[in-house]
Amino acid sequence: MSGEFVVFDRVQKSYDGETLVVKDLNLAMPKGEFLTMLGPSGSGKTTCLMMLAGFETATHGEIRLDGREINNIPPHKRGIGMVFQNYALFPHLTVSENLAFPLEVRGLGKSDREAKVKRALEMVQMSEFGVRRPAQLSGGQQQRIALARALVFDPDLVLMDEPLGALDKQLREHMQYEIKHLHENLGITVVYVTHDQSEALTMSDRVAVFNDGVIQQLAPPDTLYEAPDNSFVAQFIGENNKLPAKVVSKEGDTVQVTLQDGKTCQALSVNCGAVGSDTMISIRPERVTLGASSGANATDGEVNEIIYLGDHIRCRLSVHGNDEFIVKIPNSADHPQLKVGETTQITWHTADARALDPI
Amino acid sequence: MADTTSSDIPTDSGTLQTADGRPLKAALATAQRSARNRAFYLVLPLLLFVVVTFIFPIGQMLMRSVSDPRFIEHVDLGTGEVTPIMVGLRTWFDENPAGTEPDEAAYAALVADLVHLREIRAQGNAGTRINYVYPGARSMFTGGARRAGRLEPPFKDAILDMDEDWADPALWQTMRSSSGRYTADFYLAAIDRERDAQGNIQKVDEERAIYLLLFERTLILSVVITLLTLILGFPVAFLLATLPLRYSNVLMILVLLPFWTSLLVRTTSWIVLLQTQGVVNDIAVSVGLITDESRLQMIYNQTGTVIAMTHILLPFMILPLYSVMRPINPSYVRAARSLGATSWTAFRRIYLPLTIPGIAAGSLLVFILAVGYYITPALVGGSRGQLISNLIAFHMQNSLNWSLAAALAGLLLGGILILYWLYDRLVGIDNLKLG
Repeated sequence: MSGEFVVFDRVQKSYDGETLVVKDLNLAMPKGEFLTMLGPSGSGKTTCLMMLAGFETATHGEIRLDGREINNIPPHKRGIGMVFQNYALFPHLTVSENLAFPLEVRGLGKSDREAKVKRALEMVQMSEFGVRRPAQLSGGQQQRIALARALVFDPDLVLMDEPLGALDKQLREHMQYEIKHLHENLGITVVYVTHDQSEALTMSDRVAVFNDGVIQQLAPPDTLYEAPDNSFVAQFIGENNKLPAKVVSKEGDTVQVTLQDGKTCQALSVNCGAVGSDTMISIRPERVTLGASSGANATDGEVNEIIYLGDHIRCRLSVHGNDEFIVKIPNSADHPQLKVGETTQITWHTADARALDPI
Repeated sequence: MADTTSSDIPTDSGTLQTADGRPLKAALATAQRSARNRAFYLVLPLLLFVVVTFIFPIGQMLMRSVSDPRFIEHVDLGTGEVTPIMVGLRTWFDENPAGTEPDEAAYAALVADLVHLREIRAQGNAGTRINYVYPGARSMFTGGARRAGRLEPPFKDAILDMDEDWADPALWQTMRSSSGRYTADFYLAAIDRERDAQGNIQKVDEERAIYLLLFERTLILSVVITLLTLILGFPVAFLLATLPLRYSNVLMILVLLPFWTSLLVRTTSWIVLLQTQGVVNDIAVSVGLITDESRLQMIYNQTGTVIAMTHILLPFMILPLYSVMRPINPSYVRAARSLGATSWTAFRRIYLPLTIPGIAAGSLLVFILAVGYYITPALVGGSRGQLISNLIAFHMQNSLNWSLAAALAGLLLGGILILYWLYDRLVGIDNLKLG
């Protein structure tokens, strides 16, 4: 596995010459990786994908594919398969003709074409649909055909631009696994763009979280969730409790902070400033323990709201002046019984409270 | 609650019924029928309007193209009374087959009929009817009717003394074919055909053959105009469909501007531009492209007709194209490019086929409009740029041979219906998008 199959080297992009949509993007991905670009709309992730596909040109910097600079290579010579948001299946061609199109423009013979189309249809379990028109297929089936068409000419790199956005929830989850398995079986390299974090976490080897034209963090899904580098990532991925605080003292990896209500607690120093500066303490709702009074971070919480969700119980508390402090209580046989209005003891490990940049 | 509702629904009889015991199926059918009737009453005014102003006149026109009964009956303009005429001659035609040499009986019948014509003053109309096919017949009829009362038997010699042309077999053939209520003569004339003395169809003399030539010219010019509007309109429609809204709105206004200008103003401004001493020639001379002596003749010929009509019909091509191009997702072409197609291949294999309904609709519209166009060729066409519609207008307004005009128009209508049928077979009428 080469470490640098796709490389973005100090890439910038501006549409109007005034504002940068993509700011100083540096990214290297090895062959065979499934990388997801995740971010809110307008964060620059689709622009990055379009630059890679060749439909947008970078205003600054270099994009390399397999060691070769591709900035000035037109899209049709890049040999990159692409799946579009709305599938973009050609409505006037049958499914087989759609799949044969990339082979035909590459000048493959008829028998080769037929063999490859047949194989691609089998790959997505759509063999009997070759003679249909795209309009005669359901959304999920069209999605499969779009996938097969992007793969039929054996590209090394496949780009997917929110390909599951138009599908309903159940089908989307099913297709997530199918795409993941295709990736594993074929050994292709995939760059996937989505704004759906659960999709990103399910499928990817690594996720690049985009915001404001910059990659905020590039890491495997578990790292991203458990060890976010900054407040944006902590807030964007999963659920997060934030407690604004001020750094009082620093001792190795641990910082002592003063919270809004004047009390102090300990947190893991990740991305906070020197003593005296503002910080944001980030705690995942499932890492809070109820009913334990020991430990450095033990405090009182007043129960504001209890929502029963079957597998767990969601509890909204007032903690350190934050009324929106969420705790998830697993629905186990002997889980603590709480009532709205009562005050309970809560605590968390210092390692689970991450001191990040203030918002 | 559950008990009371279930008792309302009859489950034992097998047929559903309404609350008052009628079968539900019949009740639903009645309700749907009355809804359909109400909808029909709403469109009834339009239907009547179309019947009165469109279907009825077209039917009458087509009727007139196969029937001009002025040789068999006379309508008194004052009283509206219908009198059969030429009864004697028509009886003789019925008794003798076509090509029979007219005998004394025939001439006697003719004289009697001419006398009758004079009595009810119908000789002009009857003569005009024959005159359409046999030029000169009108004066023979008016002159003959004036003197017929004084003629003595044998009538054959008496009539031939008056005018020898009365013996012409072609005249007798014409009178025979005009004495039926229905005739194909006008359609024959419209395709430059006539009947010889024996009733066989033959081509007319070359110097009198004009209609086929004009049909051919109309067809060729219309095809040229359609192709020109397509070539000029396609990129404009593409721009309209792909530009950001604020630019495309301005462009759309420019496209529609000709619609808001009087047709006459547009046509006459082309005269100003294109005439020999006009703007275009003046500029070409002043920049030295051509000399003053060799000014280009761009108007009052086919060039003028093509230029002016292309300009006038351009919006009819652009708008259907635009309406088809607008919803074409740009990601189709992107997908084609990412799959390895050059921009030309992506256009030819993906974009162009998707615009075919628009191309077909625009071409059909422009072609049909061009085939029937009248004012512009009349103003800028000169003699060589006239189309078949100008000749139809001539027969309607000048020669007053309405039946021939109707036959020419009928041929045009038939041709367009064939075209429409072809379009339906090739593209499908469901794909027609006109805006």
